[in-house]
Amino acid sequence: MAVIAVAAAGPAEEEAIAYAEVCLSTTFGMETRRLGPFPDPEYAYDAARNQYSSTLVLREALDRRPADALKLMVITDHDIFIPMLSFVYGQAQLNGPAAVLSLSRLRQEFYGLPPNHALFLLRVRKEALHEIGHCFGLTHCSDPLCTMRLSTNLQLLDEKQAEFCGDCATLLRDAINTSTTGAIK
Amino acid sequence: MRKHWEILVVDDEPVMRESLAEWLAEDGYSVETAASGQEALAKAAVRDYAIYFLDLKMPGIDGIETMLEIRKRHADASVIIMTAYATVDTAITAMKEGAQEYVVKPCSPEEISLLVERIIKVKNLQRENLILRKKLSKHYSFHDIVSKNPKMVEIFDLIRDIASLRSTVLILGGSGTGKELVARAIHYSGNRADKPFVAVSCAALAETLLESELFGHEKGSFTGANDRKRGKFEMADGGTIFLDEIGDISPKLQVDLLRVLQERSFFRVGGGEEVKVDVRAIAATRVNLQEAVAAGTFRDDLFYRLNVITIQIPPLRDRREDIPLLAHSFLDRLSHELGKDVHEISESALKLLLDHEWPGNVRELENAVERALVTARTHVLTEEDFGFLQQAKTSNGWVAPDNVLLDDVQRQVIMATLRRTNGNIKEAASSLGIDRSTLYDRMKKYAIER
Ligand SMILES: [Zn+2]
Ligand SMILES: [Zn+2]
Repeated sequence: MAVIAVAAAGPAEEEAIAYAEVCLSTTFGMETRRLGPFPDPEYAYDAARNQYSSTLVLREALDRRPADALKLMVITDHDIFIPMLSFVYGQAQLNGPAAVLSLSRLRQEFYGLPPNHALFLLRVRKEALHEIGHCFGLTHCSDPLCTMRLSTNLQLLDEKQAEFCGDCATLLRDAINTSTTGAIK
Repeated sequence: MRKHWEILVVDDEPVMRESLAEWLAEDGYSVETAASGQEALAKAAVRDYAIYFLDLKMPGIDGIETMLEIRKRHADASVIIMTAYATVDTAITAMKEGAQEYVVKPCSPEEISLLVERIIKVKNLQRENLILRKKLSKHYSFHDIVSKNPKMVEIFDLIRDIASLRSTVLILGGSGTGKELVARAIHYSGNRADKPFVAVSCAALAETLLESELFGHEKGSFTGANDRKRGKFEMADGGTIFLDEIGDISPKLQVDLLRVLQERSFFRVGGGEEVKVDVRAIAATRVNLQEAVAAGTFRDDLFYRLNVITIQIPPLRDRREDIPLLAHSFLDRLSHELGKDVHEISESALKLLLDHEWPGNVRELENAVERALVTARTHVLTEEDFGFLQQAKTSNGWVAPDNVLLDDVQRQVIMATLRRTNGNIKEAASSLGIDRSTLYDRMKKYAIER
């Protein structure tokens, strides 16, 4: 059976990782496997920005992906970026095996607001589904409620649902079918 | 929906370009990367991208230079200049040189996503307009003739009715009205469509040449006739022959033509064997044949032979509603042929076209669109691009070509007049408003033979 591997890179809130695992397993209908934590990604640290390069974290993750894992989701508490952008919530390889997700900006505290754990976990679910959706080849969706909609700020992230729209669900089913039959071979 | 748009990300820093490319790919665009200005130009040479992200500071060709080079090929390319060295000066330079946008890295995901969305929205709209217009012009077109003018629509109906008949058709209309297009439409909508359509311009050739052109010749029938040659009537066997400028043919050829129309047979020049053909003749003229008949320069029996079915094409100034339609249809075809990314005509330019008199009719309009397109600097044809039309107007419709010599003009005018009068010196001199001895002098000076 196809497996989605999940791992922490550096510090990462345990409850969020465990919740992401459940979400991925139920949504994609696959077994998830927790890997031992990856080392703190110091190599990806940019002192001038006080952020971590998501591209470098992703590259490192690829080397650590177990051969039998169809997809790999790396989760970190560190704030991540790509050079062009001030931040990203996550980065995935479109149609590829790995994705990285940062918990940092999903917390109310990041914006100086009182904590809201339930809201935080809901955001984790949306972003985890979204990034792994990319790994299965889904691109951004124009349905404002679909979890594959691009969220460039919290408002957009909170507006959408933690579900795939009908079109994306269909595309996803096809992608999973092809990739799992491919994996068995 | 979005997938057909391609984006090129150009940056010398690998992580920078790869990560932006991946991020844009998540949006559904197909994204390619280039590590330098040179590589970008090589890629832009083989395809056009909807958006170019160009890093300002690159070794070799920098972002602005790269943009200018890309613009030479793709006039309306959307360029976003990226820089980490934000200074007001470079921003202004980039904008002045025509960069659509200027972003300072790092910028917010929201900014980039809105920017890309806005550019693509415009591109989608332009593409939709183009498709709409193509549908529209298809709707109003009949075998390459584009019109929604009631008289022209009547002509379309008439063409359909007579297409499969064998009767001779006479097409009347000023120069550039599209007489050959009508002739082709008749041929290709009738039952001879799979047979040849052969066009001959009777004005272009001297009498003897035209004769052999039409009827062919036997080997050795005149100097230079080294081989037997098939004439246009033979080539058109089973199909249609289109005789353009029929009003210009000599009295002798008028007789030959009458014979072939009546007997459906002829003799090759220098030949004794009768050649039988099944050809439908369509003739066209811009001169008034009835007047020519009255003046005795055109045989009345040939005129009646030709004038079985007459189609009168209105001049463009009498079908002004077709001007925007035609201009856009020429623009779509010519921009493609010339590899120019121009698909719009501005309101004021259209107004200028609508106001113009178009003595050269549809062909003049086509030439005007081509000329404007060649010099156009943006993706829209503007009033300025059609400035030459106004110049022509203020100088009484006469535009002197570049580097023209007065002697050359005189020579051409005299030659053309002599051709028209079939070498009749008296007629040519009176038509030119000079006396015969002056005409002889000029002919000697310019080495013109009758
Ligand atoms: Zn995404
Ligand atoms: Zn969707």
